[in-house]
Amino acid sequence: MSHAAAFPTTPVGTSGPAVAARATGLSKVYGQGDTRVTALDSVSVEFRRAEFTAIMGPSGSGKSTLMHCMAGLDTISSGSTQIGDVELGSLGDRQLTRLRRDRIGFIFQAFNLLPTLTALENITLPMDIAGRKPDQQWLEMVVGTVGLSGRLSHRPSQLSGGQQQRVAVARALTAKPEIIFADEPTGNLDSRSGAELLGFLRESVQALQQTIVMVTHDPVAASYADRVIFLADGRIVDEMREPTADAVLDRMKRFDAKGRTS
Amino acid sequence: MFRTALRNLLAHKTRLMMTALAVLLGTAFVSGTLVFSDSVNSAYRNKMAKSLDDVAVSVTAGRSALKEKDALDSRVVESVRALPGVAAVRPSVSGTVMVADKENNPAGSEWGSFGANFVPGVNGKDSRYPIVKGRGPAAEGEIVLDAKTAAKTGAKVGDTVRLAVDGPVMTKKLVGIAETDDPKVSAGGSLALFDTATAQKLLGTPGQFSELIVAAKPGTDQQKLTAKVRETLPKDAFRTQSGKELAAEESKMIDKQTSSIRNTFLAFAGIALFVGVFIIANTFTMLIAQRSREIALLRAVGASRRQVVRSVLIEAGLLGLVASAVGFVLGLGVATGLRAVLNSAGASLPDGPLVIEPVSVLLALGVGVVVTVLAAWLPSRKAAKIAPVEALAAAEQPPAPRGLLLRNSFGAVLTAAGVAIMLYVTTLKDSGGLEIAMAGAALTMAGVIVLAPLLSRPFVHLFAKATGRLTGVSGKLAKENALRNPRRTAATASALMIGLSLITGLTVVAVSADQGVAKMGQQDLTADYKVTSANFGGLSTDIAKTLAKEPGVTAVVPLRSAGFQSSNDPALAYAADVASLGKVADIRFVSGSPADVRKGTVAVSDQYARERGLKVGSTLPMDFYDGEKATPKVAAIYAKNDVVSAVLATPSLVDPHLEKVRDDEVLVKAAPGKAGELRAKIKETLGGNPLIKVQSQEDLRRSEAGNIDDILFLMYGLLGMAVVIAVVGVVNTLAMSVFERTREIGMLRAIGLARTGVKQMVRLESVMIAMFGAVLGVGVGIFLAWSGGHLVRSSFPQYEMVVPWARIAVFLLIALAVGVLAAVWPARRAAKLNMLESIGAQ
Repeated sequence: MSHAAAFPTTPVGTSGPAVAARATGLSKVYGQGDTRVTALDSVSVEFRRAEFTAIMGPSGSGKSTLMHCMAGLDTISSGSTQIGDVELGSLGDRQLTRLRRDRIGFIFQAFNLLPTLTALENITLPMDIAGRKPDQQWLEMVVGTVGLSGRLSHRPSQLSGGQQQRVAVARALTAKPEIIFADEPTGNLDSRSGAELLGFLRESVQALQQTIVMVTHDPVAASYADRVIFLADGRIVDEMREPTADAVLDRMKRFDAKGRTS
Repeated sequence: MFRTALRNLLAHKTRLMMTALAVLLGTAFVSGTLVFSDSVNSAYRNKMAKSLDDVAVSVTAGRSALKEKDALDSRVVESVRALPGVAAVRPSVSGTVMVADKENNPAGSEWGSFGANFVPGVNGKDSRYPIVKGRGPAAEGEIVLDAKTAAKTGAKVGDTVRLAVDGPVMTKKLVGIAETDDPKVSAGGSLALFDTATAQKLLGTPGQFSELIVAAKPGTDQQKLTAKVRETLPKDAFRTQSGKELAAEESKMIDKQTSSIRNTFLAFAGIALFVGVFIIANTFTMLIAQRSREIALLRAVGASRRQVVRSVLIEAGLLGLVASAVGFVLGLGVATGLRAVLNSAGASLPDGPLVIEPVSVLLALGVGVVVTVLAAWLPSRKAAKIAPVEALAAAEQPPAPRGLLLRNSFGAVLTAAGVAIMLYVTTLKDSGGLEIAMAGAALTMAGVIVLAPLLSRPFVHLFAKATGRLTGVSGKLAKENALRNPRRTAATASALMIGLSLITGLTVVAVSADQGVAKMGQQDLTADYKVTSANFGGLSTDIAKTLAKEPGVTAVVPLRSAGFQSSNDPALAYAADVASLGKVADIRFVSGSPADVRKGTVAVSDQYARERGLKVGSTLPMDFYDGEKATPKVAAIYAKNDVVSAVLATPSLVDPHLEKVRDDEVLVKAAPGKAGELRAKIKETLGGNPLIKVQSQEDLRRSEAGNIDDILFLMYGLLGMAVVIAVVGVVNTLAMSVFERTREIGMLRAIGLARTGVKQMVRLESVMIAMFGAVLGVGVGIFLAWSGGHLVRSSFPQYEMVVPWARIAVFLLIALAVGVLAAVWPARRAAKLNMLESIGAQ
């Protein structure tokens, strides 16, 4: 990736504990009685600093729920979740909002941007909400890296899907969060734009020591990660380091086979 | 398609509720007005029928009654009574009688206080005026009052009552209380009954009557009897009418009165409905935008454009029907309430059941449905334009912004035309331009409404800039949201603008008129009190003489006037003691002096002199209405004032042309520091005569201004309805916006915007819309008041435009409050949205 050279050598968060986020015995139950569904069943997992983790699993495995709970977007039924050393369960709505604003970055599958704001305004939105001034140098660097320099005054409707998602990445990176959660970030992109986007994410981990947790069902996307966690029926069933697309695909096929035979 | 429409209607129940509310309020207003006027009309008719049902023929004295042979006297009574078919003849006398209340003021209204003769039948009873207490009047010193008036005077049977007819006060002994269903009394007047001889002496001419009421024997044809009476009596001397003719005449008058109330109220109901149109159109536009994929799908599976349009219109029609049906029921409440409100304001409307004519039901429902369908018509055209391929579009694309160029050009033309007409109105000399002014005002408002999307941009930018520091990122987001769809913002604001421009315009005109009246009272008149007669019959000249002897009085100046024409131009000539007039009025002489006004000369106002080309020394030819002429010389010219308008002369010039020498008014100036106690003393000196009105400058001002204020507050009440509907519109737009932006709000919450920030964002958008509407409304209102005010000015020279900034500031504050209030519910909904569901929402 030719963009790698543009990243500075100063990493994002070299101090602090080595674990950026942690879940311990995390359970999430929806409904009651007959309609009771266990989405997460006593999941324990750690996401290390400066690591790119992909969460995979078949539909309904609880991968999105895990991400939502860990990002403070959803409440949990039991267990604990931590961002850094902050216990999320102890926080009220207001504090959770602040936490998301100041310490977490998000990239969603789609419809990620405010159509009324320009690309630049969308990128600096989290800082505007916090009432902080963005670090100008850092901002320019991030914008340059994701290749948006000429399009900052464009509105989302004037950008392609890939460009829109790059704006979302820039938004997540610019605030220098401790951890970025990405929910199917390539889901709405063609394969070229998707590969480009994953390249940016990969580099931000390598060069900037950014921590990224990405939910995906695409083995190719997962292959960009340092580590893949496989979820099935609300439990972590496997883990893979240094994944390749083929290895991930093989692992996923076993889920399907198991699903069919059982 | 009908089923689709019905399903859609049910699916969006809550969202359509606000729209339904707009229709509902409008139709409630319409049906309330119709039912109210029908009810009052029928109550009046019932009352009238009751008072006329024993009248077969009525004979009233003609104009030539003064001549001996045409007198309506007992000879005429006997000749009518002798006719076959006549059961009874009731000769009556009536005229103005003022009865004094406890404070020696008239107990009844100035217009409705009258006296009549008591006509006992063989049994000693008068069927027209049944005595409920005591007995009928039988001697000169006796009187009977209606119960309400008796209560006001505080007199009981056996006590003395003070009253006046047209001269000095007199006292009579109250011998009984009568019942009456006379409309004049129920409308706030008073009734005094005397025996026939006394009534003739007081109210007419001894031996003569003012009206004969003929009752027919059963089975007698009313029309034939009337014709017979007409034949019997000398031609042209009397007016003979059948009971039916009288009834027809009266019901025509009743219709005229109630229809003028009805039309006024309907005009306001129309404004409310017009405001509602914006809200309905807005809702359907938004619904169709949300449903575009669904509609595209319908088109893709084979629905024609026309079917799509029809489906939308059916949906609107059903909504209109349901809303107006509920509105009609609410209207019955409005009708009941209206009567109570007007009665408590002193309208004395007769009681009666609510009358629901089928036509009112049809009209209310029809108006509701037609207005809703019309308002949904443009949005339905948009629905028809949705291409089937949009159903297949992968992601929801924001609609391409449609150009506003055509709309702006059209708006500019409309506004320019309206403004040009209003500017033309400012050059009009007389008040005949009312229709032109109304057309101009309507055009101007329509133009501004069409231009509103264009104007919204700079306004919202300015507002955001002014409040940016305080509101931070929420303010910025609110600004962008308000600008996102200028048409919607404009339509929502326009609804508020209409109400506020009318309210502002009326307020400016009313306050200006109020100030003008105040100026009129204070400017030229320096007297402390103005003494006049409550029955407009003038004052005996003795009154001025009596008052002049009063200690504590420095000047007493009686004024009389006689009408004349000079080259067919009518004017009034005032007669006064010119030398002392200066003590009670500020009259500035431009040339000549008061002393120059002597026998054979006059002074004229500078305006009159200009109009007639008069100078000091020229001759003024005067043709008085008694047929006499005079040619006085103009000896002086004074500045135009409100005390003596055109011509000021000596009594020697004016008095010979008066039928009776009576003073129009007596102006009294008190000694310094004595003004306060003088009023009671004047009343006392004049014998506590209820006919005599003593008004201070403050009273004079209030009697004029009080009216203006009452009308203004009634208008506020009526226009308040339009504002309420506009508020509903703001709530509606915000609720829709929140719904449309669910995903954005979820994302904002996820990346760290607190609930309070979301609330603030919705609230600020609401405030921007409300303030935009208010500022436009106030601006348009002031412009229309300024230009239209010239019409008032032409007939009311003291009128000068005053902009009541304090009150306008209150309007803007109310608009601000409206913005905040309208946002309460949508903002709460936005803040409560579940983040995850919102982000995933389609």
